[in-house]
Amino acid sequence: MVETQPARRATNAGPGRLLIAVYLLFAIAATSRAGLQIATKFDEAPVAYLLSALAALIYIVAAVGLARAGHTGRRVALACCSVELVGVVAVGILSVVDKDLFPDETVWSQFGSGYGYIPLVLPVLGLFWLWRTRRDPA
Amino acid sequence: MTSAAADSPVDGLLATASIVLSLLVAVWALVAAVRHRPPDRVQFTGLAVLELALLALGVLALVAVGGGERPGEPGAFYGYLVTLVCLPPLAWVLARMEPTRWGSAIVCAVCLVAPVVVVRLQQTWEVLGG
Repeated sequence: MVETQPARRATNAGPGRLLIAVYLLFAIAATSRAGLQIATKFDEAPVAYLLSALAALIYIVAAVGLARAGHTGRRVALACCSVELVGVVAVGILSVVDKDLFPDETVWSQFGSGYGYIPLVLPVLGLFWLWRTRRDPA
Repeated sequence: MTSAAADSPVDGLLATASIVLSLLVAVWALVAAVRHRPPDRVQFTGLAVLELALLALGVLALVAVGGGERPGEPGAFYGYLVTLVCLPPLAWVLARMEPTRWGSAIVCAVCLVAPVVVVRLQQTWEVLGG
């Protein structure tokens, strides 16, 4: 079996599928974590937990956007990856500068160090992938 | 509970075997991805055996809970347990959809995540009073 080079430049095939898989994993991780935190100890750090929930939502929408491909999907994915990148950098800086702001860990705290810095790398890969597939006729 | 580590149902031979198997499949899949090979029979068999091991691990945990033991952080523990048994099927489905080197890359990625979740499972069982 020899790999065939896909002629179409869809966001949901080849490396894109791996990207979607990782986005799915993060969607699951962030959603369960945020859900649990909000359900059991919301009062301890509401800002951090709401942020976790927002991050979870963005991972889900980004995965769907990449998987749907097409024009709308690409736009949705582009918006999500951009927000994600800004979010992880902003929260990363804030969590280092002012620790009291985020008393409990979020997916994006310390630039995502709790998750092997993948939250920082993922939006960059996402944006790069959207750029690589930009001549998509869809 | 006298010694948390010894009593933990998710910290025994089966858990260790699952971690080792998962990492072996990850390495095999990585080699396949580097060599431009789509997911092969070894990867799918590995995923199936891994799933059986993880299901057995889940059953062990539930038997322990049935026997009156309780995880340290119940919410997180059950969350990780459900996630864990869903990982190999997720890799299987995505790898079937992607019969290229990237399918192997997906298997590799998921098989690197599974051991982390097993370790988190052990941690959330042992932490008491969380």
